[in-house]
Amino acid sequence: MNAQVPATTPMALDVKDLHKSFGNVEVLKGISLRAREGEVVSILGSSGSGKSTLLRCINLLEVPDSGDVTVGDETIRMQRTRDGKSRPADQAQVERIRSQLGMVFQSFNLWSHKTILENVIEAPIHVQKRPRKECVEEAEALLAKVGIAEKRDHYPSHLSGGQQQRAAIARALAMRPKVMLFDEPTSALDPELVGEVLRVMRGLAEEGRTMLVVTHEMGFARDVSSRVVFLHKGLVEEDGRPEHVFVNSKSERFKQFIKG
Amino acid sequence: MNQPDFLDVISFGPGGWGAALLAGAWMTVLIAISGFLIGSIIGTFGAWAKISGGRTIRAIADGYTTVLRGIPDLLVIYLFYFGGSAAVTAIGRFFGSEGFIGFPGFLAGALAVGITSGAQQTEVFRGAFKAVHKGEIEAAIACGMSRALRFRRIIAPLTLRHALPGMGNVWQVVLKESALVSITGVAELLRQAQVGAGSTGMPFNFYVVAGAIYLTISTFSGALLQWSERYFSRGVRRN
Ligand SMILES: Nc1ncnc2c1ncn2[C@@H]1O[C@H](COP(=O)(O)OP(=O)(O)OP(=O)(O)O)[C@@H](O)[C@H]1O
Ligand SMILES: [Mg+2]
Repeated sequence: MNAQVPATTPMALDVKDLHKSFGNVEVLKGISLRAREGEVVSILGSSGSGKSTLLRCINLLEVPDSGDVTVGDETIRMQRTRDGKSRPADQAQVERIRSQLGMVFQSFNLWSHKTILENVIEAPIHVQKRPRKECVEEAEALLAKVGIAEKRDHYPSHLSGGQQQRAAIARALAMRPKVMLFDEPTSALDPELVGEVLRVMRGLAEEGRTMLVVTHEMGFARDVSSRVVFLHKGLVEEDGRPEHVFVNSKSERFKQFIKG
Repeated sequence: MNQPDFLDVISFGPGGWGAALLAGAWMTVLIAISGFLIGSIIGTFGAWAKISGGRTIRAIADGYTTVLRGIPDLLVIYLFYFGGSAAVTAIGRFFGSEGFIGFPGFLAGALAVGITSGAQQTEVFRGAFKAVHKGEIEAAIACGMSRALRFRRIIAPLTLRHALPGMGNVWQVVLKESALVSITGVAELLRQAQVGAGSTGMPFNFYVVAGAIYLTISTFSGALLQWSERYFSRGVRRN
């Protein structure tokens, strides 16, 4: 089931005209992208097209050179330094908005010195300052939901890749994020472990979570997402419903891309 | 010639040197711990300066480690002791006192040991930080942790995990280096052994005992370090 939402649904994420260069190389050349609440947007594109950079600019892991990022109704305020570089105007605002964006990385990035449960409760307790008991209860429920309740007291290194990624998803969910950002969540996994992570992500989509998913999993993009965005050389080359773009896209490059 | 029994000489009874040697050992441990702590604090700032400081700050940190690698540790102790004494003498003069005032040997020693070991700690911490998986730090940034929180909850424990073996080496060096402080007259272990050796005419025996005490301290602290290495390496897969 593709997650389609009415056109009146409020915006969860609004990215306007994002530019980002590394040195002389312009990686994002003016990207605009919106996701309504409950939408699942799959971001496709060949290697180096700027998919990771786009996600990382949204939560300010990279500082965009220009453009606006709005989460809910709050736009990240930027300012220019004297030498013309862009930087966030209010670090506290950036940290608040980051806590509303759950990021799932390709390489899991669980904190290796903390158990799975400790990973999940860390930010709710220390960033959101919620009571420990409540956080633990919620964490246990989330771990059960992603199917690794019995791993709560294990360290990440003792879990398989698929289990680590599911733990990372639980960690992101524990912040009760407005939007989930996934950067190729299954690309580092052995093929037989991809399914278990995709199943969890499908479950989240069905729950009505707002998700931005960079992926090479065509099945997921086609069957789960409300919209597919195709990036090419730092620009949005295609943006539409999967049942539309997978069948009759006008972009030769996209057609080439999905043929593999 | 009627040599007294050495066991009596180092006993804790009247006329025995046991208590003095033990007090010396305690002083050695105090100097080493103080120096090590000062060095760790300097090392933390040094590593921070080298990793994320601007050009000037980095240059200062580089200068510090280069200079301290290049001059003998004994000289650093002299500089602190005589430099410090000159300074307090000058201050004393200003307030109308006459003559030479000695800088406290303990303070000079701890500072000197701290400054020299700080240069080593700087490199230990910098290397350890580099070994931390950057993705784990990004995950901390991504969930909205502030700089301070990130440092306390994620970066420091992960860095310590990689730093502890190196810190263990620095500690052993510091322990040995504390013996150099004996030249300022502080009654640490080597100094007490010297005094005992001189007044009983049994230098070899005294130095053997001092050696045994140094070895005991380093063995004991080595075990402590191993325990903390295990603690901070929790979650690391062992094959
Ligand atoms: N920190 C950086 N410094 C310099 N260049 C970078 C940096 N990050 C990314 N790039 C460059 O920007 C371009 C886009 O990178 P990005 O990681 O966003 O691509 P991607 O679409 O995610 O690719 P992939 O599918 O391989 O993950 C690449 O050419 C990459 O080399
Ligand atoms: Mg990428």
